[in-house]
Amino acid sequence: MPLDYRIAIVGAGPAGLSVAGRAAIYDAETGASTPSYVLLEGHTTFAKTIQKYQKGKHVMDEPGFLQLRSEVPFAAGKREEILGAWDNSIGGGLNVRYNAEVVGIEGEKGNFTLRLASGDSVTAENVVLSIGTQGNPRTLGVDGDAESDFVLYTLDDPEDFKGETIVVVGAGDAAIENAIALSDFNTVYIINRRGEFSRAKDGNLNAVLAAINDRDRAFHCRYESSVAAVELPDAPGETGAIVLNTPGGEERLECHRIIARLGTVPPRRFVESCGIEIGSASADAVPDVDRHYQSNVPGLYVIGALGGYPLIKQAMNQGYDVVEFIHGKDTRPADYPLLQDQFSGLPYVMDAEDILELYQQRVPMFKRMNPLAFRELIIESRITVSLPAEELARAPQGGERSTVFVAAGEPVYRNGEFSTTFFTLVEGEVRLQLEQDGPWHQIKPGQFFGEMSLLSGRPRQGDAIVERDSILIETPRRVMVKLMNSNEEVRQGIDRVFIMRALQAAFRPAMSLEELALVADQVQTCQFAAGEVLFTEGETGDCLHLIRSGTVVLSQGGTELVVAQLHSGELAGQMALMGAPLRRNTATAAVRTETLRLGREQFLALVNSEPEHISTLQGELSQLLQYTNSMASQPEAARSIGFLMEQGMGEATNALVIDTSLCVGCDNCERACAETHDGISRLDRESGASLASLHVPVSCRHCELPHCMKDCPPDAIRRAASGEVFITESCIGCGNCETNCPYDAIKLSYSAPPKPGLWSWLLFGRGSGPGEPAGFTPTAESKDVGKKAVKCDACMGRPGGPACVRACPTGAAIRMGPDQFVELVEAR
Amino acid sequence: MRTGMLNWRNYRYGKWALLLGLFSIALYVSQGASPAQPPNGGTWQGYVLGTIGALLILWLSVLGVRKRSYSSSAGTVQGWTSAHIYLGSVLLAVATLHCAAQFGWNVHTLAYVLMCLVIFSGFYGLYVYVHLPDRVASNIVDRDRAAWLEELGKLDQRIRDVAAGSDAQLQGMVLSALELTRLGGNLFQQLRANDRSLVQEPGGGKPVSNAEQSVLIETLSRRIPDARKQSEAETLSELLSLFGRRQVILHLLRRDIRLKGLLKLWLYFHVPLTFALLAALLVHILSVFIYW
Ligand SMILES: Cc1cc2nc3c(=O)[nH]c(=O)nc-3n(C[C@H](O)[C@H](O)[C@H](O)COP(=O)(O)OP(=O)(O)OC[C@H]3O[C@@H](n4cnc5c(N)ncnc54)[C@H](O)[C@@H]3O)c2cc1C
Ligand code: HEM
Repeated sequence: MPLDYRIAIVGAGPAGLSVAGRAAIYDAETGASTPSYVLLEGHTTFAKTIQKYQKGKHVMDEPGFLQLRSEVPFAAGKREEILGAWDNSIGGGLNVRYNAEVVGIEGEKGNFTLRLASGDSVTAENVVLSIGTQGNPRTLGVDGDAESDFVLYTLDDPEDFKGETIVVVGAGDAAIENAIALSDFNTVYIINRRGEFSRAKDGNLNAVLAAINDRDRAFHCRYESSVAAVELPDAPGETGAIVLNTPGGEERLECHRIIARLGTVPPRRFVESCGIEIGSASADAVPDVDRHYQSNVPGLYVIGALGGYPLIKQAMNQGYDVVEFIHGKDTRPADYPLLQDQFSGLPYVMDAEDILELYQQRVPMFKRMNPLAFRELIIESRITVSLPAEELARAPQGGERSTVFVAAGEPVYRNGEFSTTFFTLVEGEVRLQLEQDGPWHQIKPGQFFGEMSLLSGRPRQGDAIVERDSILIETPRRVMVKLMNSNEEVRQGIDRVFIMRALQAAFRPAMSLEELALVADQVQTCQFAAGEVLFTEGETGDCLHLIRSGTVVLSQGGTELVVAQLHSGELAGQMALMGAPLRRNTATAAVRTETLRLGREQFLALVNSEPEHISTLQGELSQLLQYTNSMASQPEAARSIGFLMEQGMGEATNALVIDTSLCVGCDNCERACAETHDGISRLDRESGASLASLHVPVSCRHCELPHCMKDCPPDAIRRAASGEVFITESCIGCGNCETNCPYDAIKLSYSAPPKPGLWSWLLFGRGSGPGEPAGFTPTAESKDVGKKAVKCDACMGRPGGPACVRACPTGAAIRMGPDQFVELVEAR
Repeated sequence: MRTGMLNWRNYRYGKWALLLGLFSIALYVSQGASPAQPPNGGTWQGYVLGTIGALLILWLSVLGVRKRSYSSSAGTVQGWTSAHIYLGSVLLAVATLHCAAQFGWNVHTLAYVLMCLVIFSGFYGLYVYVHLPDRVASNIVDRDRAAWLEELGKLDQRIRDVAAGSDAQLQGMVLSALELTRLGGNLFQQLRANDRSLVQEPGGGKPVSNAEQSVLIETLSRRIPDARKQSEAETLSELLSLFGRRQVILHLLRRDIRLKGLLKLWLYFHVPLTFALLAALLVHILSVFIYW
């Protein structure tokens, strides 16, 4: 039986559209009478993810260095323009089938069957999966629950509806927030399947209970109720109804609209059901594909956001290339020129693709990696070549992405510098210290370094010096984290070296690497959530923890009395192994923390190999003891440190603290911030927690491992070598960072109109005065550009330091890292 | 003690001011006391003192500009304020020595008086800046004003709900107490922090003062022993405890408004007086040159 299509594409996002666009060109060339491909889209229209962007959003075409290669147009612009252009392309004759959600894919290359939710099926030789990562909303599961004007699964703007009766189904944060916002102008029923709102955040929980109890608000709740049926309205604009199963029997509510917020079904389960393997259990792991985007199921291709490429342009380029591959053309991917540029300064005459292959073979840890992932790693990395000083001057100056030349014998990083990149040596030699002024270690080709800061986020410990004629791959943390999440082998490889080096730095064992590896294998890696206890005062201990990332606080006589804070690279609980086994204090993770747990046996093996180092360890221990004793004798100071730690300051590197015994509330700090940062203050002085005379206002702390940097599609959030975390111009305003920041320190905002100068305000009363007003109406242009993320950049590069601190007349505003907390609380 | 405005850089400007004061006294004394030329602004020493004084006044006024030059890297505002305080204080000595305490009904003395007013308002401001922040902080106990207002809102909602279960008379009184509660007001009322809250007593008539919620609290406590039913007693005692909490929060908010007002109020004297002083100073200098 002949198959329906040569290519079936699942998901009409940018990736899927681009596939269809290219496949249509092939059809035109061969003069096919019926299309050889079909684009199956589950939604009622194309590109659901982009349709859901806020109206008028400015869509960016990052990464700027990559050329678009697609038959379907795309350039930075308004959401509406882009959707319009795509609509034109589709109108030009793309074979799209809407409302065609694919629920199963069976078969093999040359003979796939795609089952649709409607019960239909489609057969095809090849399948391209481009369903993105947004998932699909969980539906009501009754007849008539398809998305329509009557049944909605999202709510763009609550003010779109007024004077209606609206039923909101769901009990999570989204449902609660929607329901409360709608109840300002409508009668709202919220339907909760359970007897309480246990899944909601505290704030939302309180708000929903208050709304239910508020007599002035038309806000009603049905607990322990499920949806039995939906009655669609007879004509648009009329009311329909929802039928509920309540504890008191069936109830019919007449309403204008139903908004269901039941969460989304992530695509993972569906993807796996197609036979595609996902290497790691981690939530952001992506399916493994080969250089041609083919998954482990031959004939089944994965592209776009689902394949781990989070931007539109990448998705579209892959869509084009995958058609070429399916048609047997081994075209060079769109990023080939980038590779060439990166390798341009290397001392050999070789094709870039061959160098790529060669390098992958050189590094044992990368050898078995999927070639596409390795390619991505190189494209995101910097290739560095060291030259003797006299040759360096003559080295060609390439573009931003070409080979970088550095002077041989100079550090690639220095002790104390904030950088979290990961270095792999492919040729030459690097000398490495594991701690400040520590002994030197040699790194040989195929080995890597820089994993300490990569994993802990702390500044570099010791210098790394590159010898002549060396070639290094420097990879950003973001890329390494993604790789470690999806590739178990790389994760283990890095972990193992991390442990060995951490042990070397902490204990300076005189052992061969093989012996050390044996010890390292017995070391257990432990993870603690914030607030979890490592060990408790008074119990007997038989292990110590070497902190790998995060912060551990030691408390004595009550967990709020903090007598010491320990950071990565430091030991907790060594006393039990070096002296009396009774724990003298309680150790708690102040933030998410990872430690290496060493038992007595491993500890003895390490220290006995180098007895001379024992005295150093004992010296450190006695210092710690003196220190904790002095803190324990000042309970007020200890309590204050405990408070700061509770505010998450353990992971801060540079935080704003206000001494309320000095603060006169003039808000000059906020004004200074706004004035020096395009009119928008990045700190909110009054909100935030206080204890005794310390106040932690809402503002960025420049965390060790910034939560905000986690999933930024254009990689717009960076960290300067001096530690400041800042947002670059390439921000696309997606809001991920705002959601990820646990401290509310990031806001999405339109840009503020420019201000008149001080003198023209003073003398001519022009515009608004310095620092006022806090609110502004965005101009049409700034609305066009859309909201972008704004946060504190610690006044990076400003002479004199942070404006908030410099503008404080009384000295109440202070910026500091955890090392200075003790000074702060002891001084009072 | 933490580094505030006074002990900034170990009293650097305090020391400068002391030296300047001693220098001014020495200069003054060096004028001698000849009957032909008594010490005053007319001697060369008087000129020097006058010039120093005028420059000081100008520089002191520039604090207002520096405070708003947010990108300036010319020192910190804290350092400037510290210098401002000490040099502003020593100005009193410099200017007094300059004029050798010769006063009259003229523009010269007007300038001097205005200067004194600015300086003394500055002293008061300094007092406020040093003493009130601690009181503000301990008054609102580790929460911000918005959080207290939120609790107050919830409390009032709860009071409405509970009062719905009581008799109409009491309910009317309770609701009127909520409605006639006064917070804030004009500047004067804010600073006096006088509780102008009222309550409508049963039986009509003009609302009477319910300062510190006292009428309500009293009425409720009086009625509890008379309660007939268990449920009535429960309602009454819950209302009593709610109004008790309400009293605490209102009191605290009123104090907060008052203290924060005091922290700002003095600048409304200090700054306009500075402008007046600058004008008088200009006239003083011009007239000296024209008529002398
Ligand atoms: C708020 C926000 C702002 C962003 N801003 C930008 C930006 O400015 N610039 C930029 O480059 N990127 C931006 N991104 C990222 C960008 O949206 C994605 O990278 C891109 O949409 C990925 O394209 P895709 O085709 O892989 O998947 P998607 O665009 O997610 O498309 C997947 C399609 O598949 C359909 N589908 C899903 N499951 C099925 C199924 N089982 N059967 C049939 N169809 C199915 C969906 O309905 C959808 O239409 C932003 C993302 C967000 C969330
Ligand atoms: C002639 C003498 C003085 C002049 C002209 C003067 C002028 C000023 C001006 C213009 C400001 C800026 C106010 C603002 O912009 O908000 C100011 C602030 C201030 N002055 Fe003075 N002042 C004088 C003397 C003093 C003295 C003697 C003291 C205290 C001992 C003092 C204490 C202060 C303080 C504490 C501030 C507030 C600083 C701030 O909030 O930033 N001043 N003064």
